[in-house]
Amino acid sequence: MHALRAVFAPTCSPFREKPFLLERLMLIESGSPVAADTRVGISLTINGQHRELQVAPWTTLLDLLRETLDLTGTKKGCDHGQCGACTVLVDGVRVNSCLALAVMKDGAEVTTVEGLAGLSNGGAGSNGLHPMQAAFVEHDAFQCGYCTPGQLCSSVGMMNEGHAHSRDEIREAMSGNICRCGAYTNIVDAIEDVMAQDGAAQDLGAAR
Amino acid sequence: MNRFDYVRAGTVAEAVQAFAGAPGAQFIAGGTNLVDLMKYDVTRPGRLIDITRLPLGDIAEHDGGLRVGALVTNANLAYDARVRSRYPLLADAILAGASGQLRNAATTGGNLNQRTRCYYFYDTATPCNKREPGSGCAAIGGVTRIHAIFGASESCIATHPSDMCVALAALEAVVQVTGPEGDRSIAFADFHRLPGDDPAKDNTLKPGEIVLSVDLPAADLSKNYTYLKLRDRLSYAFALVSVAAALELDGDTVKIARLALGGVAHKPWRNRQAEALLVGKPATRETFQAAADFVVAEARPQSENAFKVELARRAIVRGLSQAAAGTPQSLTDKRIQ
Ligand SMILES: Cc1cc2nc3c(=O)[nH]c(=O)nc-3n(C[C@H](O)[C@H](O)[C@H](O)COP(=O)(O)OP(=O)(O)OC[C@H]3O[C@@H](n4cnc5c(N)ncnc54)[C@H](O)[C@@H]3O)c2cc1C
Ligand code: SF4
Ligand code: FES
Ligand code: FES
Repeated sequence: MHALRAVFAPTCSPFREKPFLLERLMLIESGSPVAADTRVGISLTINGQHRELQVAPWTTLLDLLRETLDLTGTKKGCDHGQCGACTVLVDGVRVNSCLALAVMKDGAEVTTVEGLAGLSNGGAGSNGLHPMQAAFVEHDAFQCGYCTPGQLCSSVGMMNEGHAHSRDEIREAMSGNICRCGAYTNIVDAIEDVMAQDGAAQDLGAAR
Repeated sequence: MNRFDYVRAGTVAEAVQAFAGAPGAQFIAGGTNLVDLMKYDVTRPGRLIDITRLPLGDIAEHDGGLRVGALVTNANLAYDARVRSRYPLLADAILAGASGQLRNAATTGGNLNQRTRCYYFYDTATPCNKREPGSGCAAIGGVTRIHAIFGASESCIATHPSDMCVALAALEAVVQVTGPEGDRSIAFADFHRLPGDDPAKDNTLKPGEIVLSVDLPAADLSKNYTYLKLRDRLSYAFALVSVAAALELDGDTVKIARLALGGVAHKPWRNRQAEALLVGKPATRETFQAAADFVVAEARPQSENAFKVELARRAIVRGLSQAAAGTPQSLTDKRIQ
């Protein structure tokens, strides 16, 4: 069995099990199994846009975004929860999209880096950017930029959580985002800056 | 990833039923461990039973303590105001683990049931008795930096990687489960098991049993506690050695002592005799050293992890000192005081 797989299936092929036909479509009914070769209908609101989608159950949210929906802003770094490049907001909460099965998120609201600006309602940022994006530009918080979409979604999610206040706390709360270029210092500067603006806005009672 | 049937369970009964008669079925909650393992082909469930829509997401008062539903996320548990004030040891242990994103997805039931991080378990090209019973253990004599120093067997030397579970062991939580044969309660000490000659089994859940909640008992261990985690980098890394310590003091005398170690065994490692050694003694460095010496006397390190024995000994002394002083290890200022 093992040998057969080794001979017939290249290890990295998504179709390594056997070729299968995704001709059947099912809607999920609680308690009833959806057979392995069936696509399921799910709905997601992605960056404010409602979508009815058909997914194979083993599709991760990350692959759905990148491969099917062409939302390639979200990056695949490790594909195993170890780097944070794939971070998106699901119902406002930051998670690793590489470890989330899309079918399990049926009904959720997803925000990717492409939708961040839309969250800020025009906000304080320049060029229609989310304030966090503007701060990243301002503070030169990247070099190659590969980790940046994940850093942005993660830092916006972290601010919603509201547990980090000091620089050390920000560093700890952002440890799930690895930057191969080592832009950490400037990333934390950018986040601190936005937090300060945010604090100021709250002090003034400004509606946001 | 292999192909699998997908079942979305609407009730606990549906989840239990969906398991029956589906060989290789597994429950999935946060997916942060299971999806990872499926991508590596380490596990190939024939059916995934999505339990995330079951009504197990609440933390409720229970018998003077708290009942934590199996679907409460690690983040919601750690930041719950009642947990922070009454079980700060648990909150700290959770926040010492994984990352913000992972803790938002990971659940209480999933954390208990997470698999080992043994490199060979993850590498399907090598023999591993846990992954493929009877195939052998590639870790023994191999790269053993992260492996067990207590309670290992000739079949398996893996460790349980959880931080949360180390605190739950010290707090003597109780796991409520249900399954094809009905409900039962499992004392935390009996939930995880040593590998023996059957390392495929991480814990004492029977096939098809599902964790419903983890109950935290009423005992007040919220003043003198610490979770001290030692690892290769300061965040987002598994423990080489961790210590959950909680004391109840009467003046300078130890009345109750709880001590559990992580990263050193196939389950959170408690030594009741060492705890007994502490009781009735003055809370001094000498007392703590005697207990630490007693614990590590049992250690049997592997070829590459003898350093863990001394690390554990010192971590126990430091952890008990932090607990006695009421100065728990800070999660952000990583200096160890
Ligand atoms: C990069 C990385 C770093 C990490 N670092 C740490 C760390 O430092 N410390 C730490 O403690 N953890 C760490 N983790 C592990 C993390 O805590 C676990 O992956 C998580 O707790 C698993 O929970 P889950 O809900 O996602 O489980 P899932 O992946 O959904 O499930 C895991 C297992 O539990 C079973 N299961 C889930 N719920 C139930 C239930 N209610 N009843 C019965 N069985 C159930 C599943 O069938 C499966 O076998 C890390 C993970 C990653 C990916
Ligand atoms: S230590 Fe256990 S998990 Fe690791 S290779 Fe050996 S049997 Fe497998
Ligand atoms: S791609 Fe998801 S964490 Fe690395
Ligand atoms: S900017 Fe290059 S990885 Fe972070």
